[in-house]
Amino acid sequence: MALWQISEPGQSPSPHARRLAAGIDLGTTNSLIATVRDGSAEVLPDTAGRRLLPSVVRYRDDGSTVVGHEALASEVEDPLNTIASVKRLMGRGRAEIGESPYRLAANAEGTVRIETVAGDKTPVEVSAEILRNLGARAQAALGGELAGVVITVPAYFDEPQRQATKDAARIAGLTVLRLLNEPTAAAVAYGLDRNPEGLYCVYDLGGGTFDVSLLRLSQGVFEVLATGGDALLGGDDMDTALVAHWERQGARVDSPTTARRLLRAARQTRERLTEESTVAVEVPGVFSGSLTRAELARIIDPLIDRTLVPCARVLKDAGVRAEEIRDVVLVGGATRTPRVRERVEQFFGKTPLHDIDPDAVVAIGAARQADLLAGNADAADMLLLDVIPLSLGIEIMGGLVEKIIPRNATIPSVRAQEFTTYKDGQTALAIHVVQGERELVTDCRSLARFTLRGIPPMAAGAARIRVTFQVDADGLLSVTARELTRGVESEIAVKPSFGLSDADIERMLKDSIDHAASDLAARALREQQVEADRMLEAVRSALAQDAALLVAGEGERIAQRIQELETARQGRDGDAIRAAVVALDQASRAFAARRMDAGLRRAMTGRSVTEFR
Amino acid sequence: MAVTLTEGAAHHVRKSLETRGHGAGLRLGVRTSGCSGMAYVLEYADQVEPGDQVFARHGIKVLVDAKSLVYLDGTELDYTREGLNEGFRFNNPKQKETCGCGESFSV
Repeated sequence: MALWQISEPGQSPSPHARRLAAGIDLGTTNSLIATVRDGSAEVLPDTAGRRLLPSVVRYRDDGSTVVGHEALASEVEDPLNTIASVKRLMGRGRAEIGESPYRLAANAEGTVRIETVAGDKTPVEVSAEILRNLGARAQAALGGELAGVVITVPAYFDEPQRQATKDAARIAGLTVLRLLNEPTAAAVAYGLDRNPEGLYCVYDLGGGTFDVSLLRLSQGVFEVLATGGDALLGGDDMDTALVAHWERQGARVDSPTTARRLLRAARQTRERLTEESTVAVEVPGVFSGSLTRAELARIIDPLIDRTLVPCARVLKDAGVRAEEIRDVVLVGGATRTPRVRERVEQFFGKTPLHDIDPDAVVAIGAARQADLLAGNADAADMLLLDVIPLSLGIEIMGGLVEKIIPRNATIPSVRAQEFTTYKDGQTALAIHVVQGERELVTDCRSLARFTLRGIPPMAAGAARIRVTFQVDADGLLSVTARELTRGVESEIAVKPSFGLSDADIERMLKDSIDHAASDLAARALREQQVEADRMLEAVRSALAQDAALLVAGEGERIAQRIQELETARQGRDGDAIRAAVVALDQASRAFAARRMDAGLRRAMTGRSVTEFR
Repeated sequence: MAVTLTEGAAHHVRKSLETRGHGAGLRLGVRTSGCSGMAYVLEYADQVEPGDQVFARHGIKVLVDAKSLVYLDGTELDYTREGLNEGFRFNNPKQKETCGCGESFSV
């Protein structure tokens, strides 16, 4: 029973000011939506009580669409307009997709369109239909507008694929609180995020795909260390193997209908063998027999072997031994098969977690995360898995950008890099913090400027200044510059994502791709210019100090080369600048060597040999 | 037909009204909302509206509009502490069920 406080007239709060939020597992074969109610996460069924929504959309010539079970049923009758497994096309260019059962065309930008009787559809639009259906299901069940959703994506999804998923949600009218990696969602569902730090493995064997991910948990953040899998291996292959076994025993597959009946029987047999040890198989007119759990194990073992190969590879890639894994999480309907569990247990040497419905575990984790992000739970429980949307770096000589934290690095994140001084006796360093993917500072977004003072005077290039970028859990960036010999330090804090809309981020990313070639050329030229300036500065400074060490004619030769380099420096030909730099270097090399000797003599004069031991 | 409040509740209402500086009394009501159908209203009252019933208890004027009184008849408003949380509680004999969180109810 709740307790009330007195409100101002007309301002009594509405009950359930809780914001409705849901987690969506947008799968290749099936999708689900789950939400947290009264503290526990549950999958929301459709009006017929079905929890899984087949990820299938059928477009009809009257412009209407059918999603889910009905669409799946029409796959045989209307294969070209019934789109399944659209997830495989998300964020992909036409060139990246090989054979497809659909009529595919490419947009001007190279993205894929699927030709249907209702017109051309992009994979994003098809996914949006699935999301819209799930969203409507949730709003009907929860009786209100969804404040936001968390959608899961495979850990290996790259930026365009993630962006496509977000776009689909936007078209479906859903607000995306966050995209969450599928293995991370599964780990969250088991509450592993409340565990101490450690390594976790997620074994996800679905209907048609196999994924294995190695996660590292530290300070409440899951980091995906390695992923592997097989895009064409799943529970469906077990059914096919079982049918092949029955064919060897005399079952005759003479029509697609018979094949489908046998496949259905295979799936049922496999499911029943989860509970029973022997099952009678009866496909009237086609096959009659029985199957034991041991026989099934023998039939599917070669397929399970194929899942363990990527598991071994993932461990090897990350340099991790199986016994270092704290827990293994099972995801995907096919992991219900006891033999799969047994083999995974043998491989990792520990009993995998399997008490949450493996079909729902990803959606449940996403629902938990959505509940947190919608502000319904204590911030202390918050799981932080954001990534940095655009690279963060500093300006270096010549107006170039040196990236320190690359984009997509997980938040929180700390990276450091050492820089040095450019001029002799330089005692301060201006630090300009920028954000963006471009090579030149002028094309990036300026975030902050500050100056590190108190660097002890030294020759150019001798000072060591460590610049540390730290993005904390709230996305706040602090930049620290520290001179390492004397320890002087200076820092600044900025909020890098402030004022940047998704559209800005998208435009900045797109610009960086569009301008990649010209940026690189500009960078190369600037680098040569900086090198020329550095060289000129160094030689002039040397001439001013030690003109006495010049031999006859040497001063003139060097002056000539300086002149040539200055001329080249004004132009825009990087190669010419480089050649002039090399020429000046050669002309002044002997002089530099004499300076070095003289310097050493000065340093050693009046000291005994033992001092140099 | 009556609505009452406990001495503890009256004490807190008086203190709250003093802090606020003005107000004719306390308004209790219900409105339709929430998953179990209705939600309580607990507000300061700046003036008596036509149709309001006024109940005076422990020196506090409690205002209830005629429509709400149907659902609130017999209700005693209490002030209580539950763990770290303290606030007013509606002890309503007509209330049959509440939703899980108790924020809305039905009669």
